[in-house]
Amino acid sequence: MAALQPLDDAADRVLGLGVDDEPSLDVIPAPAGSGPRARRRWRFRRAGGKKGVAFWLAVAWLATVAFCAVFATRLPLPDPNRPNVIDRFAGFSAEHPLGADSLGRDQLSRVVHAARVSLVVSVSAVTIGLVVGGIIGTAVGYVRGRTERVVMAIVDVIAAFPALVLLLAVLAFVGRSLTVISVLIGALSIPIYTRVSRANTLSIAQRDFVHAAHTLGAKQSRILFREILPNVVPAVAAFALVAMGLVIVIEGSLAILGLSVEPPDPTWGGMIAASKPHLEEAAHLALVPAGAMFFTVLSLNFVGDTLRRGLDVRDSNL
Amino acid sequence: MGLVLRRLPAMLATLLIVSFLTFLLTSLLPGDPAIQILGADNANDPDSVEVVREELRLDDPLLVRYGAWLGDVARGDLGRSFRTDQQVADAILERLPVTLEVGGLAVLIALLVAIPLGTLSAFRAGGRADRVVTGASFGLLALPPFMVAILLILVFAVTLGWLPATGWVRFTADPIDNLRHAILPALSLAVGEMAVYTRLLRADMITTLQQDSITMARAKGIPTSRILFRHALRPSSFSLMTVVGLQVATIIGGAVIIETLFALPGVGRLLVDSILQRDLIMVQGCALVIAIAFVVINFIVDLLYTVLDPRIRYGSAATT
Repeated sequence: MAALQPLDDAADRVLGLGVDDEPSLDVIPAPAGSGPRARRRWRFRRAGGKKGVAFWLAVAWLATVAFCAVFATRLPLPDPNRPNVIDRFAGFSAEHPLGADSLGRDQLSRVVHAARVSLVVSVSAVTIGLVVGGIIGTAVGYVRGRTERVVMAIVDVIAAFPALVLLLAVLAFVGRSLTVISVLIGALSIPIYTRVSRANTLSIAQRDFVHAAHTLGAKQSRILFREILPNVVPAVAAFALVAMGLVIVIEGSLAILGLSVEPPDPTWGGMIAASKPHLEEAAHLALVPAGAMFFTVLSLNFVGDTLRRGLDVRDSNL
Repeated sequence: MGLVLRRLPAMLATLLIVSFLTFLLTSLLPGDPAIQILGADNANDPDSVEVVREELRLDDPLLVRYGAWLGDVARGDLGRSFRTDQQVADAILERLPVTLEVGGLAVLIALLVAIPLGTLSAFRAGGRADRVVTGASFGLLALPPFMVAILLILVFAVTLGWLPATGWVRFTADPIDNLRHAILPALSLAVGEMAVYTRLLRADMITTLQQDSITMARAKGIPTSRILFRHALRPSSFSLMTVVGLQVATIIGGAVIIETLFALPGVGRLLVDSILQRDLIMVQGCALVIAIAFVVINFIVDLLYTVLDPRIRYGSAATT
């Protein structure tokens, strides 16, 4: 079925799944000497490291967010849920470095505590998707045959359903808590990880060193675990970083709809939603959590993308 | 038309599975579905429980129930809400135009921005304009619709006061006012799509511009703009089209949130309200309509390939 080909292709590409999904400038012979590739290399070298300053800034931001999330209760911050009538809509001050919200709760403390929800949901959802989807995808990508066709057909049907709608519908029926939300997002993302890991397995299985192992008479299990898996895992893990950003956005969307964790516990999305009626008098109530979420998602995208590209380059040199 | 016939069974199979999944929503409820559907307030009344059991045929086996439900759905009967006593199909039809207008406008805006930007970016690949466009679109990818919405409300509604922050006016009542209410929600949805489309078109366009036919066109002295938009755009737009279709899922998801933030009477808002009120029959109806819309739109996108790519139309291998 010829017509299916471009569809699969593009679907893989938009999700960032294919192994050389981006016909990036690297693979195209640079026109006449001072091509973009040469320029990019030079930029990287001048940046002083292999990854560039932006990469390490992003890593630093993610480390900060993770630190805040883990040690939120230990940090010298006021109670994020304690209202204070006097400080309602307070601006930036020594007492409230990022102001206070409509109930006078300390904004900095709330942003820091909200990082916990994002961290818990994104890490657990991604772990579920990565482990289950990764195993299924690698297995069917290696075994091939009818099993693969059946599994991928199922994956396609599930992936064809608008995920947020399915998520909302299921949440309506089973109720919500941090655990339910994490598990549901994780379960709904299994098809995507299956696709990514299958795509990577397929291309790795074609490589010379795998053929060489076959020729040398290596056992199937050895080829799978010692040759293929070590090459699939990093690529899928890099994708998982980008997916983590996506999960944070989904949790934020749920919070906007009032379907994330119960108030008064802060989440970034919930804080943005709560700030909407007060945009006129206190815009910073929206901008602070929005900024925190934006930089976190941006950093995850950037780090994930950089690592994925790095992996592609290493692969092409093998 | 051979292609339509070949693809039709696959689409129908997908629709069947999707409908079954949606149907399962009301059947997999823990405990008695009838009590869940009625909610805690009315569940004590055995008569109303009996009415619900009757109406949903809960005493029949699962597959019999699915068959009967599917028959109703095929006749356009999605059931009746036990909360508002409204026909689900009517409620959805009443709100569908709002969602379609906002979503359609969003895709239109995104394409109108992405096509020139992606083309420019590919034409000057590696140059300053390309770096700005690529960098900006990478940043926009990290900006979900609800954040764009809040920023747009802050700037255009609260600070400048140019556009309304919430509410809706029917197109038939006042077209200009309708557009004023639709533009901010549409923009909120369009920004992220713009970034996706631009990056994709740029990547495909760079590949297209390396081809011999383009070199040939250049050698013939055809003006650059004509080469880019008449020669290169069409072969570069296949994956863009597919992705526009696939992104409908993202737009629908976004619409659910955007309609809530802007207080628009659309299907997404209906879904959220029904979820909050635990109006399960309405949730089921909305989910079904949204899923069907998604499958059908992607089917149409598949068929549009034949218009864009003669290789598929004439049945030869389209492997390149």
